Amino acid sequence: MAYSDKVVEHYENPRNVGSMDKSDPNVGTGLVGAPACGDVMKLQIRISEDGIIEDAKFKTFGCGSAIASSSLVTEWVKGKSVDEAEKIKNQEIAKELSLPPVKIHCSVLAEDAIKAAIADYRRKKGEKVEAAKTAGEAHARQAFDVVNPSR
Amino acid sequence: MTLKFPIYMDYHATTPVDRRVLDAMLPYFTEHFGNAASRNHAFGWTAEAAVEKAREQVAALIGADPKEIIFTSGATESDNLAVKGVAYFLKDKGKHIVTSKIEHKAILDSCRALERDGFEVTYVDPDKTGLVTSEMIKNALRPDTILVSVMLANNEIGTVNEIPEIGALCRSKGIYFHTDAVQGIGKIPFDVNSANVDLASMTAHKIYGPKGVGALYVRRKPRVRLHPLMDGGGHERGMRSGTLNVPGIVGFGMACEVARLDMAEDTKRLAALRDRLKAQIYARVPHVHLNGHETRRLPGNLNISFAYVEGESLLMALKDVAVSSGSACTSASLEPSYVLRALGVGDDLAHSSIRFGLGRFSTQEEVDYVSNLVVDKVKKLREMSPLWEMVQEGVDLKSVQWAAH
Repeated sequence: MAYSDKVVEHYENPRNVGSMDKSDPNVGTGLVGAPACGDVMKLQIRISEDGIIEDAKFKTFGCGSAIASSSLVTEWVKGKSVDEAEKIKNQEIAKELSLPPVKIHCSVLAEDAIKAAIADYRRKKGEKVEAAKTAGEAHARQAFDVVNPSR
Repeated sequence: MTLKFPIYMDYHATTPVDRRVLDAMLPYFTEHFGNAASRNHAFGWTAEAAVEKAREQVAALIGADPKEIIFTSGATESDNLAVKGVAYFLKDKGKHIVTSKIEHKAILDSCRALERDGFEVTYVDPDKTGLVTSEMIKNALRPDTILVSVMLANNEIGTVNEIPEIGALCRSKGIYFHTDAVQGIGKIPFDVNSANVDLASMTAHKIYGPKGVGALYVRRKPRVRLHPLMDGGGHERGMRSGTLNVPGIVGFGMACEVARLDMAEDTKRLAALRDRLKAQIYARVPHVHLNGHETRRLPGNLNISFAYVEGESLLMALKDVAVSSGSACTSASLEPSYVLRALGVGDDLAHSSIRFGLGRFSTQEEVDYVSNLVVDKVKKLREMSPLWEMVQEGVDLKSVQWAAH
């Protein structure tokens, strides 16, 4: 399969690879996907007092398009408010990276990862989290809850 | 010796045409262009003589009589002709066929087609090393079994099956035995008589011959009969009509001759290179799993899963190296390798598998370069892998209830 230049560029120079302390009350963590499906994304965001995402980190097990999608969203969410970040749509990610149809699920996973990270942050802040809006988000939450059994 | 990029390590997929093969073929495109079926002039006689010489060369590689070689367009056609041809010919005698779950798609899909036509097929599970044994086949036989088809060696994992034993079993029961010998011929010793094989599929392009030409071995004593798939001029003893691809057949013949003469040395050299590649990776990368059998294995094959690293991303990291992966992402279906699944390899490890295929032109320098690159890239991708991180933190990934998507 031929990759777009942007996918290759993100894959070769991934932005913001790493981890944050997931017990930090200002850090939201989203873990979505499954190893048996061939992709798992972990996205973490640190949110300032005034609700702005000041840092983002990711780790991804998956194909080049999955890695590029997660790298891209870490760039996109930085500097955005939580509400703005939540509006990022997978179609925008797919378009930016010119993902072919068989790779659209990578962009869906990246959108889910953002939503899961934000949901985690809100829970930590004691906010009531709305019921999942999309099937993808439901998956994301389920995966996240399992790896955080204390919750 | 300096390295030439990209490095080819996908010899199971196809091979370059050997120079000796190409040289033998070239005159048959231009000056000796005759139709081998033209019996009334010199152009035809020259072409026919060349085809008959090639038939002898192919037969010699597998211990057959030249009359038992039917030229085809390649292994897919040979597999179709063997399975469907025998089944349709014997449909009044029985309707049951036995094969394995890790056969090539040309066999599996031919069997599926026959099932739609009223035949019944048993797909035998191999053991976890990919081995199909005569015991497994024996347990699947029925009184109405007419054909057994088991590959000589698997194209993904390189496991070499118990062909002589399965052949003896089938012979004792009077059941035809076909083997897809594509990956095995010219790489490991294979003799149709000592292996008790009735039909065997072969192709030229896996043994340094041209693409688009293959053969089906069809035993004469005891005589195997089959229903042709292609009707026409009655070429190839009526089993495969169609003007013969003379240059391709000449190339196939020469490829078989070179393989026969060089096999012992090639095999020794390739197995040593493969073992070197494996040892260098195993010494420096933890959590690697060998797919396939430790010892009953094609000499140029190494198939390993690098846990916590997704196969396609590793392929992308090895961009100067041509290898292949059982990862779903590399297939159009988005399903991981059905072969690895049949072995009971988990989907997670199937997604992490890489097949290295070494061949006649592989060098030690290439092996050393690739092993260094693999070690480096696996390390880098694991640093980026949330699964690797969780394992380092002591999380048992199997206890995690992942959400399928």
